[in-house]
Amino acid sequence: MICRLVYSTVRKILDMALLSRPLTLVCLVLIDSQPVLAQTSSDGAFRTDRINALILIAVFCAAVLLYTRWARQGRPLFLRKIPGLEAVEEAVGRATEMGRPVLFIPGISELDEIETIAGISILGRVAKITAQYDTPLTVPVRYPLVLAAAQEMVEQSYVEMGKKDSYDKDIVRYVAGEQFAFTANVNGYMMRERPATNIYMGAFFAESLLLAETGNAAGSIQIAGTARPEQLPFFIAACDYTLMGEELYAASAYLSHEPLMLGGLKGQDFVKMLIVAAIVLGVILVSLNLGGDTFLEWFEAV
Amino acid sequence: MRTTVPVAIAFLSGFLMVVSFFFREEATFIGGLSQNLLIWLTIVGGFTLLLGVVSITRVNWNAVKARKEGWIFKVFTLVSIFAMAVPAVLPSSWSPLFGRAEGSIYDWLFTYLDMPMMATMFATLAFYIASAAYRAFRARTAESTILLVTATVVMLWRVPMGEAFLNQFPGDIPTFLNTYIMNGANLAVQRGIIIGAALGAASMSLRIILGIERTYMGKG
Repeated sequence: MICRLVYSTVRKILDMALLSRPLTLVCLVLIDSQPVLAQTSSDGAFRTDRINALILIAVFCAAVLLYTRWARQGRPLFLRKIPGLEAVEEAVGRATEMGRPVLFIPGISELDEIETIAGISILGRVAKITAQYDTPLTVPVRYPLVLAAAQEMVEQSYVEMGKKDSYDKDIVRYVAGEQFAFTANVNGYMMRERPATNIYMGAFFAESLLLAETGNAAGSIQIAGTARPEQLPFFIAACDYTLMGEELYAASAYLSHEPLMLGGLKGQDFVKMLIVAAIVLGVILVSLNLGGDTFLEWFEAV
Repeated sequence: MRTTVPVAIAFLSGFLMVVSFFFREEATFIGGLSQNLLIWLTIVGGFTLLLGVVSITRVNWNAVKARKEGWIFKVFTLVSIFAMAVPAVLPSSWSPLFGRAEGSIYDWLFTYLDMPMMATMFATLAFYIASAAYRAFRARTAESTILLVTATVVMLWRVPMGEAFLNQFPGDIPTFLNTYIMNGANLAVQRGIIIGAALGAASMSLRIILGIERTYMGKG
């Protein structure tokens, strides 16, 4: 109910302000929040110094809900092609033709990381394809919680494709809790079994290049996706396709083609547009010394 | 019921975590709720550790029973799991070799086997970087040539000998690299990726909280 109230309020503002004037909205919000920023936040249970974050969350939620509603109403939503995701089915097909397995690693972080959840979502799609083609799938994991979630996901995928008999609980296996012990095990598997396709989707750290280079040496086609900017260069250098940052989170919606999920992507893009506008405005205000400090202070607590 | 309860739990948990961000932890119950939830997560995670041990034992034991290629290494894996785990969980009052204190079997195996092996794996990263760089830095197009030149100069700058070599040239090349390449172009692009990734994570979190995305439950 609260979401509906916020959404309807913001929608009225958007309709009045016209979607082509997001700067107007940002300025209105800034002007309205000035008295709030002037308060000291030492008293009271509610943190008034974070009210700007609340406003941004409200705008974000409203944008996502608005575009989701439009998607449900059947409005066409344009999505650019993501080569890495387009290549997933082709890569699994390659593994099927070669009679070699597919290796999928949903990151090496715990299940409380959103990247791991994104990786497991993609695992569900990949598992459906491997079930359809009867391609062997191996999913090594580093944490038991991820093991439980991934096993559930893969089993459900096999059941949905009518291949429950082909499902083996050991498709998803717990390997090791230590980062490099995990890496050593997976590298050894790659060199012995020579999987045709390696898919890395999730949070990776120093072992990213170890995994990708070993996979390259084993002759596998590799598709990687992570939101860690410091690991992206390694994946880009060593993998055939790389999903960067938000593309990893968009993968689930992209592969499902469900209007509800696609609407969320468009809402996210709208907020990104607002942020870009705010950055440009901030640069202009600071460069021309037109009260840029006040503008920057507003974003400090966000 | 099988779908509704997990979605309801996900909604409540996510909503409470968001709400607790706006309240003082020390002043209100709801403000400190996020910390409590994280502690509960750790406790639940501890229970699932048994799943991991069962999984790794089953996979390796089946490989040993079937005498698959390299089965002897699976035996080493099984022996090392229990050789490290069993003495660690036994009470140290029984023997100074038990438990995880200094001088115990667990501590000795961790310090003299585990840590050197982890350091070795990390050290091989340098050679992998060299092989990846050799393959990736090719002057095929204008952009790849710029990448090649920039990467070569930055890698040279990062080692003391290279920095000393660059200082021989007129103009403060290391400062230029630091200011305009690392803290300019590189940082700007990283921030752009971080902003995009953060929004993507927020969007995915919102979809999970509202029950739009249920793939984490195994519901494709």
